[in-house]
Amino acid sequence: MTAIVEIRGLSKVYASGTAALSDVNLDIREGEILALLGPNGAGKTTLISIVCGLVTPSSGRVSVGGHDIVRDYRAARALIGLVPQEVSVEPFAPVWTTVSFSRGLFGRPRDDAHLEKVLRALALWDKRHARNNELSGGMKRRVLIAKALAHEPRVLFLDEPTAGVDVSLRREMWDVVRQLRDSGVTIILTTHYLEEAEQMADRIGVIDKGRLLLVEEKAKLMREFGRKRLTVELVAPLAALPESLAARGLAVSEDGTRVTYDYDTRAERTGIAHLLAAFAAEGIAVRDLSTRQSSLEEVFLRLVEENA
Amino acid sequence: MNWRGVVTIYRFEMARFYRTLWESLASPVISTVLYFVVFGAAIGGRIEEVEGVSYGAFIVPGLIMLTVLQQSVSNASFGIFFPKFIGTMYEILSAPVSFYEVVIGYVGAAAMKSVIIAGVTLATSFLFVDVTIRHPVWMLAFLVLTSVSFSLLGFLIGIWAKDFQQLQIIPLMVITPLVFLGGAFYSASMLPPFWEGVAKLNPVLYLVSGFRWSFFGLADVPVGVSLLAVGVFLGLGMLAVWYIFRTGWRLRN
Ligand SMILES: Nc1ncnc2c1ncn2[C@@H]1O[C@H](COP(=O)(O)OP(=O)(O)OP(=O)(O)O)[C@@H](O)[C@H]1O
Ligand SMILES: [Mg+2]
Repeated sequence: MTAIVEIRGLSKVYASGTAALSDVNLDIREGEILALLGPNGAGKTTLISIVCGLVTPSSGRVSVGGHDIVRDYRAARALIGLVPQEVSVEPFAPVWTTVSFSRGLFGRPRDDAHLEKVLRALALWDKRHARNNELSGGMKRRVLIAKALAHEPRVLFLDEPTAGVDVSLRREMWDVVRQLRDSGVTIILTTHYLEEAEQMADRIGVIDKGRLLLVEEKAKLMREFGRKRLTVELVAPLAALPESLAARGLAVSEDGTRVTYDYDTRAERTGIAHLLAAFAAEGIAVRDLSTRQSSLEEVFLRLVEENA
Repeated sequence: MNWRGVVTIYRFEMARFYRTLWESLASPVISTVLYFVVFGAAIGGRIEEVEGVSYGAFIVPGLIMLTVLQQSVSNASFGIFFPKFIGTMYEILSAPVSFYEVVIGYVGAAAMKSVIIAGVTLATSFLFVDVTIRHPVWMLAFLVLTSVSFSLLGFLIGIWAKDFQQLQIIPLMVITPLVFLGGAFYSASMLPPFWEGVAKLNPVLYLVSGFRWSFFGLADVPVGVSLLAVGVFLGLGMLAVWYIFRTGWRLRN
């Protein structure tokens, strides 16, 4: 797969002296969903703002679709749609006018059918004649998404798109994002909801203190950094752990029918084989076994701690 | 050139004007009527004519200029300040439009509003006095050039302003005094020689003088000088725009 966005040696020091990004290198592949994770102030918005032309980089360069974002900004920006983190829409204009404005601003000819499709997909069609200041917060956020899609971008940046959107709507928006990806749009989203990244992303990038700590396939990330929990269901309740098992960091459930064991999938030896052998040696009958991958949230917190 | 982007900005701004058409037109019309009542009736009773033109008619070009300058500055500065203030500026900055195109869209709309308001002001003044326009094409040319120049100035103020106070301070402290001292209601030749010299340092005088010449053929300064003054003014504005474009001043971090 080719890179549609290429970021090389990108750094940003704001006039206030804050170093918001340091030497970020990143290739975003055409057609993928990339989730950027990072704590508050990590530099996610700064990164997006530079690519979209809102912030000038201190050093480094970026190209979108092969077009340099400074020298060839028209071609680069025509490919990009941006949904900013902060909700801001012209309060007195109707939804339809707002969305058509965005399309025209990007130099695209009028296409009411496309705008209708976008508004319907975002459940805004019934609100098209309403003024923006008559909309709820979640609706305004969807108007921002509609604006970003009005000119049919090939790369879509979503800066915390689902903050303040209710759960059912959030799932609908994920569906919209997946459909976009299926239609070939490359999507970069930032989020604090790990569930979102876990559900949506093909790859995940982790930023902290302006440094891109890693970019990895989601599945691989989970595998490499994931902790797993083994749950062993017993046939007969266990009153206490036998001595041979006591030192292995096991936890027994209150009723004594379940034993859990946490292990690191990265470790050379996970200890599972030994554990099961010990169970057999003690004559403990096992009814069932299950393992669960730790969530991305746990992965992410560990990663940030390890790099602190 | 992304002309479609320019037209889109222009239309969006004009839509704002049409949404509040009555408020937009009522205030200049009301102030025109007031000026006629106050200046025309009160002063006109004492000064019957200025250089062969009845005082009531004499103040019409000045009155229109006064309105055009104020409206241009306030419409254009608000037009660009508003998206900065509410945060929708991000879209303009991320769009494939150059800063020049943004300027053309916003300044074009603000200048158009001023021209419309000037037309309405002129029509209002016909209710009070008889005015014949000697050089209608020049009249229009001065009107458009002035509207554009001062809309450009307003645009720059809107970019510069960080809050509503700053937005209003320049129009209040600089533009309004210059306009009042710019010979809107009198001819500079009516002043004592020293003050006539001072008045000629005021750029607005050249605009009013040229505009008045297009109505009556009378001027405080040669009409060519007036044109030159508008040209210089416009040029300075464009220079500032160029600077902002190069540096992203007050727009990009
Ligand atoms: N306009 C600005 N001027 C000065 N400093 C800024 C500006 N914008 C952001 N910063 C600083 O840059 C750093 C990165 O901010 P940024 O908004 O990119 O973080 P973020 O990862 O998007 O955080 P969040 O998750 O809270 O949105 C922060 O320390 C912030 O204070
Ligand atoms: Mg952010």
